[in-house]
Amino acid sequence: MPIKKWRHELPLHLMLLPALVILIVFSYWPMIGIVIAFQKFIPAKGFFGSNWVGFQNFLYVYNLPDTFQIVYNTIFIAVMKIAAGLLVPITIALLLNEMMKERIKRTVQTLIYLPHFLSWVILGGILIDVLSLKGIINQFVSLLGIEPIYFLGSNHWFPYVLVATDTWKDFGFGTIVYLAALTGINQSLYEAAVIDGANRWKQTLHITLPGIMPVVILMTTLSLGNVLNAGFDQVFNLYSPQVYESGDIIDTFVYRIGLIDAQYSVATAVGLFKSVVSLLLISGSYLLAYRFAGYRIF
Amino acid sequence: MVQKPGIGRLVFVVLNYTFLIGLALLCLLPLIHVLAVSFSSSAAAMGGLVVLWPVDFTASAYKFALQKPEFLTALLVTIKRVLLGTALSMFLTILTAYPLAKEKTKFRWRTVYAWVFVLTMLFHGGLIPWYMTIKSLGMLNSIWALVLPGAVPVFNVILLLNFYRGLPKELEESAFMDGAGHWTTLWRIYVPLSLPALATIGLFTIVGHWNSWFDGLILMNSPENYPLQSYLRTIIVGQDLTMLTTTDLSLLNELSERTVKTSQIFLGALPILLVYPLLQRFFIKGIVMGSVKG
Repeated sequence: MPIKKWRHELPLHLMLLPALVILIVFSYWPMIGIVIAFQKFIPAKGFFGSNWVGFQNFLYVYNLPDTFQIVYNTIFIAVMKIAAGLLVPITIALLLNEMMKERIKRTVQTLIYLPHFLSWVILGGILIDVLSLKGIINQFVSLLGIEPIYFLGSNHWFPYVLVATDTWKDFGFGTIVYLAALTGINQSLYEAAVIDGANRWKQTLHITLPGIMPVVILMTTLSLGNVLNAGFDQVFNLYSPQVYESGDIIDTFVYRIGLIDAQYSVATAVGLFKSVVSLLLISGSYLLAYRFAGYRIF
Repeated sequence: MVQKPGIGRLVFVVLNYTFLIGLALLCLLPLIHVLAVSFSSSAAAMGGLVVLWPVDFTASAYKFALQKPEFLTALLVTIKRVLLGTALSMFLTILTAYPLAKEKTKFRWRTVYAWVFVLTMLFHGGLIPWYMTIKSLGMLNSIWALVLPGAVPVFNVILLLNFYRGLPKELEESAFMDGAGHWTTLWRIYVPLSLPALATIGLFTIVGHWNSWFDGLILMNSPENYPLQSYLRTIIVGQDLTMLTTTDLSLLNELSERTVKTSQIFLGALPILLVYPLLQRFFIKGIVMGSVKG
């Protein structure tokens, strides 16, 4: 009975309509706007009125002296963040799991989530204060007899400061996932292991780690999609022209040439390059996550 | 059978507690330091004498911040944004998740729609076309530019639709037997039953709106339309005091750039500090439910 079915489904279509309109306007229309990467775009003429120039914008970016450095910075910072973002939460979850005093454990958990909820503007403000030459960290460092370190102004330190502070912000949040996985491990396995004479370390090695392995594999494969996301919010709030050399990433570069220098077409070309590579990486990582951990989005 | 812990175990336990408590403090102390600076006198703050407790306690930096018209207008914009944005996003999330949670046999177009939604998470037009779109709609400088572009949080829709799917099918069937339509079923049965999930998503949406700064920075042409975080961003980068200090000179003698900055940073973080312990209770269920389905 197709007519009855249509009447049954009509309200469902209507429910999706408002969200669909918003997505078409703010997500799909900008996707069409990508055409300006192949144009000499003039805002007054709109997405389709400007002159077409083929791949000229891409060639221009390819020939810029900084391009290689920016791609390198992006991947270098992102890969270190991904690695730290996997290892630290797993380690902390294992250590927290060994804490027997429930109240202390819960307090520690609550406190380590704290930075996750603050914006990079707030954290940027705090970190700029704390890490400055006269900041509290450098006061401590000079007590140890070491020269003050210009954490946010030195190309040597800046990428590592990015990785460290990003890990600091989010490890508590990442820990939740692994703690949840830990509670899912069958307790009778531990009892059996104790009877067999396994000590704590052996138990961790042979029960706990294999027990959370599916989740570790899932999180690892999913994180692979982020290789071109080195964290715009963070870099933008912490960097300065002094550290462009080591800290400029694709997203901050797009912002500067696009919105500050108003080279719209060039910025869109860079953005398109990133979007396409990201799409491939994310699709690939979802596929891997599905293959190896049975992950499905819904 | 309780075994006596060996000496190695004891050393481990002591080290483990010390390390983890230290780590927890590492997440808290920077904030306390900034708080202490903001309540210190200008001389103490500039001299770097403040560690974790205010030196020469004074609240004048806060008085200054709370009297500053820029700060207050920005706060107002943020409050407007949080209320409007959260209400709209929650409504759309509830409404969208329901049809997408249906079985394919009950709603034939479901998979097509689902892909239309998910694709927006995978591929973006990029910053410039996005900005141009909003500009060409004439939305620059309007609160709608802060609220509408992100009004459909697809990730939250997926969280909620996974939750809806966990509800017993019989509930829906009996509602239909009693003559209820989709609309009634959604609001009378699905929504009340998914309150924990909705609370999680709602709090995250509130935090998200409170914290966003980049859209405000580029979509608002004049600083009086900036939401709080965008305004704070301009202070953190600098220029601030020279621009805005004509008001109260006697007050200013007690102030330094550092105390003014830190007091405003702290005020910008305060609401989040108040709600985040609440979030924790919900999100363990919420996040795990959505992100780690086996």
